[in-house]
Amino acid sequence: MEETIIKLRDVHKSFGSNHVLRGLSFEVKQGKTLAIMGPSGTGKSVVLRHIIGLMRADSGLVEVEGRDMTRLTGKELSSLRKRMGFLFQEGALINWLSVGDNVALPLRENTDMKEAEIKRRVTEKLELVRIPGTWDRMPSQISGGMKKRVGLARALITDPDIVLYDEPNAGLDPEISRSINDLIRDVQQKMRVTSIVVEHRIPCIRTVADEVLFLEGGQALVQIPPSEFFNSDIPRLVQFLGPDASARASALDQ
Amino acid sequence: MSLLSPITNLAASIGFQVELLGSVLVRVGSIPRRWTLISEQIFQSAIQTVHVVLLVGLFIGMIVSLQTGIELARIGQQDQIGTIVAVSMAREMGPFITATILAATAGSSMAAELGTMSVSDELSALEVLSIDRVKLLILPRIVALAIAAPLLTILCDTIGILGGGFVANSQLNVSWQLYADSAIEALTDHASLIALPKDVYGGLAKSVVFGLLVSIIGCSAGLKARGGALGVGKATRQAVRDAIIAIIVSNYFMTWMMYQA
Ligand SMILES: Nc1ncnc2c1ncn2[C@@H]1O[C@H](COP(=O)(O)OP(=O)(O)OP(=O)(O)O)[C@@H](O)[C@H]1O
Ligand SMILES: [Mg+2]
Repeated sequence: MEETIIKLRDVHKSFGSNHVLRGLSFEVKQGKTLAIMGPSGTGKSVVLRHIIGLMRADSGLVEVEGRDMTRLTGKELSSLRKRMGFLFQEGALINWLSVGDNVALPLRENTDMKEAEIKRRVTEKLELVRIPGTWDRMPSQISGGMKKRVGLARALITDPDIVLYDEPNAGLDPEISRSINDLIRDVQQKMRVTSIVVEHRIPCIRTVADEVLFLEGGQALVQIPPSEFFNSDIPRLVQFLGPDASARASALDQ
Repeated sequence: MSLLSPITNLAASIGFQVELLGSVLVRVGSIPRRWTLISEQIFQSAIQTVHVVLLVGLFIGMIVSLQTGIELARIGQQDQIGTIVAVSMAREMGPFITATILAATAGSSMAAELGTMSVSDELSALEVLSIDRVKLLILPRIVALAIAAPLLTILCDTIGILGGGFVANSQLNVSWQLYADSAIEALTDHASLIALPKDVYGGLAKSVVFGLLVSIIGCSAGLKARGGALGVGKATRQAVRDAIIAIIVSNYFMTWMMYQA
């Protein structure tokens, strides 16, 4: 039996009168990847923010590695976060630091690593996300898809054990998208990383996910493997994915 | 309830600012490591303001000289103009004018920069990466203004006294020699070790406090900004308004402590 790394139980969250999460429960086991899908504005980013402790549930339980996120002291939270990677939907790059300095930031601030070693690791990560040689560019000078990849490099620079990706494919062309999906899968397999990927694109989910969770109305409608998900005859899923989803999904297998 | 809410809001924001200052104070040990960021901030706030400080300081000195000079000339006391301009620049005008200009320039840009970081998830990103935002963002700004404010104040004092001398000389028929002698005499204290009177170091002490107030208010407004570009605009406006109020109110109390007690 694999250990449960991420666990939500009956989580509720409202913003004023906007009741976003209404009793959401799910679990992710060690080394597994859960994809979260659902209509825009349904609370997918909000779920990720609860798991990393940027938001607090109004009620219910959010546990990471068996520890209640709301009960951790500042020190415990920060040492847990140092082992987690988070890719923000909009990249969230520090606007006054260059691309390379953004990626290097966690190493420079939180480790005693030598500058030469930092340079080597950052350069390697920038190559992995397919934007080599962009160290000196400023975030305002690069495209949305490039920002996303810098954010990804920054999230992965410390080789985290748990990674949360908010739409890693958004703004990328199909070719780059494929290489990013391969990267996410490599990260999982090499280091037995536990991850959650908020994603809409079928190819990405097929490549990286062990299970898919459909989030709507603040609850999980289903949490099933991708093969079942795309062949599902649950009317709401058919309606959301479109009639040819299973054909598109299986076309990818050939 | 609604009548009390401005007061509770004020108390809450002062509480936040005091907490922020406290969190900077416990980290003063990392000032040497942050020196690059601090010097960048000093450079930025000085570059943004130095021409304004020089221009405004010059005219303030000219105004003080003209106003008092006309009266003093009537009773034949022109030789006092230098003393009055020098003392009022050093005690009040220099620190106050410089701080107000800093509030409108450096303070507002701190609020805007940190506000932009807040609304675009950059502060959340630092939190998620377990990076100490006080060390990275707040400490450099606060230390920088505590250093830049007195330096700019010295410039403001100097150019104001020069401007006053220009007016005294050209419009009130006071010789440069007489003006300079009385100004220098007023700013020399033969009794004290450093040969500077309370007027000068009291004024500089005030300017350090003003620098701290402007930067703490600017930073906390920025950190608390929410809701996109609109929120950034609101934070900036608030920072400038609150900083100017804080400068004036604290000025009264510092003056009271220095010269009454
Ligand atoms: N900080 C916040 N304050 C107030 N409301 C918020 C906040 N964050 C999210 N919301 C609200 O929560 C709901 C869910 O937002 P969320 O960003 O999680 O959607 P999403 O599923 O990620 O959508 P998308 O696919 O468009 O990214 C929205 O109605 C949003 O307005
Ligand atoms: Mg989202």
